[in-house]
Amino acid sequence: MADQPLVLSGAVSAAIRAHGGEAYPHECCGALIGRDGRVTEAFALSNTTEEGPRRRFLVRPADYRAAEQRASSIGAELLGFYHSHPDHPAHPSQYDLDHAWPFFGYVIVAVAEGQPAAMTVWWLKDDRSAFDPGRLIEEGGAAALEDAAPGRLR
Amino acid sequence: MGNRILIPTPLRPYTGKQDAVEVEGRTVAELLADLTTRYGALRPHLYNEAGQLRSFVNVYVNDEDIRYLAKEQTPVQPGDTISIIPSVAGGAGDAAVAAEPPALSRDEVKRYSRHLIMPEVGMEGQQRLKAARVLCIGAGGLGSPVAMYLAAAGVGTLGLVDFDVVDFSNLQRQILHGTPDVGRSKLASAKDRLHSLNPEIEIQTYETALSSANALGLFEPYDIIVDGTDNFPTRYLVNDACVLLGRPNVYGSIFRFEGQASVFATEGGPCYRCLYPEPPPPGLVPSCAEGGVLGVLPGIIGTIQAAEAIKLIIGAGEPLIGRFLIFDALRMRFRELKLRKDPDCPVCGANPTVRALIDYEQFCGLRPAAPEAAQAPAAIEEITPIALKARLDRGDDLLILDVREPQEYRINRIAGSVLIPLGDLPARFGELEADREIIAQCKSGVRSARAAEFLKSVGFTRVRNLQGGILGWIDAVDPGQPKY
Repeated sequence: MADQPLVLSGAVSAAIRAHGGEAYPHECCGALIGRDGRVTEAFALSNTTEEGPRRRFLVRPADYRAAEQRASSIGAELLGFYHSHPDHPAHPSQYDLDHAWPFFGYVIVAVAEGQPAAMTVWWLKDDRSAFDPGRLIEEGGAAALEDAAPGRLR
Repeated sequence: MGNRILIPTPLRPYTGKQDAVEVEGRTVAELLADLTTRYGALRPHLYNEAGQLRSFVNVYVNDEDIRYLAKEQTPVQPGDTISIIPSVAGGAGDAAVAAEPPALSRDEVKRYSRHLIMPEVGMEGQQRLKAARVLCIGAGGLGSPVAMYLAAAGVGTLGLVDFDVVDFSNLQRQILHGTPDVGRSKLASAKDRLHSLNPEIEIQTYETALSSANALGLFEPYDIIVDGTDNFPTRYLVNDACVLLGRPNVYGSIFRFEGQASVFATEGGPCYRCLYPEPPPPGLVPSCAEGGVLGVLPGIIGTIQAAEAIKLIIGAGEPLIGRFLIFDALRMRFRELKLRKDPDCPVCGANPTVRALIDYEQFCGLRPAAPEAAQAPAAIEEITPIALKARLDRGDDLLILDVREPQEYRINRIAGSVLIPLGDLPARFGELEADREIIAQCKSGVRSARAAEFLKSVGFTRVRNLQGGILGWIDAVDPGQPKY
């Protein structure tokens, strides 16, 4: 997981950044669909949180099912989810950790004053104690942006 | 014969890549127990440390969410299909980044040692408390125990909102303040008390009346809001601001011998408006100043609020979300009502109609900024205490009708007045002579205005209301009597 890079196709990384910019100042979210560690589709979802979309996102069960169905319909798998951190670093929060699922890549894109910036990926540790920073490869562009301080959370 | 449980993608590595597993049991709880016995590594992802299903784990029996059935006790028939479906949540959250938690000093380790040795708190929980920011609305009856226990527990930043000064009548229950504090601002008094309790924490004070104009700005930097208010407009304001900002609202209220507590406005949980969409008609529910309150009651309810705030911070136990606790001190009984999130709630429902803070005085049917001795309705003629005294001295034949409760009447009264409590008036107005001029009177003029209105509605024509009630009378005419 954390030792394998997550690869985003050029179209996917552009789509995630665009979605983060459009949703600003709210958080955007979506599913990452592909196979063998390479994401070929960013499946945008609506942020249904009732906790204030500026600092939270929520994918409901129905949307989760839609994402799994979309994945299986194109013979692919759900590899994780992405969301944006408006005016916050691309670094997972305690809240992200508390709500994380194992074996999913959590891609976070920072959006500073409406402009998409750093993108990172994180994997939940097996014992749920923290996230491990992952390697993100954006095809057709710069490799992983390393400005989020790696290290253990909590 | 067993049942199939469908396993979502992120959990399949724990089930040997299978997307469905056959399990046995008669209820959802038994099926899940069987599942986690077979595949033990699933357990921490489905259940929290307290053994409850995590909030973002949804379990469906044939497309029905078990939250709307019998939860984990939902019975399962052979052949039913169970699905575990993730909610995926996250976000920048309240603390912008899950930064390194603040370390505890040697003194702090000593101070919090009784927390640190419990697994539910431990070092991690105590560090979470230190990093936490809690805002307490009101530094009075409920705010006193809330602020004192949260300060003692080591909540790193405690905010207090109040604009009042300490009065003698507060001391019966507001244990933040002492007799030498009478006349001081409540916030100055509270700050001294809390710092003497725990100098390690930061105390922010906001000497202002909470309003629609300032609430969002005040709440924004805090993780949790504790409602220690004593009136409906502020209660709705606190609730709506919490929903709009996504902050849990740790609610408590008290009246006479009864108290209530709950946790509103959490993710997926109900809010105050899911329970009470509309405020009661003005005057129907008396305030503590009108109806009284057992001094120890805010101590009980406030400590419940403090316990709930601490549980939310450390993430332990079962919070009072979707549960409404009612406490009766006379019978010494707790009751619990189940609360559901109202999908049509005007604030937290699927299609909210309230998307910004409104005018809560108006929403609650009160005139804007009514002072404590609210103005009587215009239709009722008033008489001032001075004018009443002059007429009594002249020998005018007036009936002074005191509509307070008997225990209030025993504290102070106007000589010669007749006592009929407001609630008894509809049954007893026949005792009054219809042609005699009546001066209705209560503590401050609110109840007596309603009494006068009622008397007019049943045919009395010569009714007036004593302006300012017995308090006004004592101030202007008879300063020798005690006030309450």
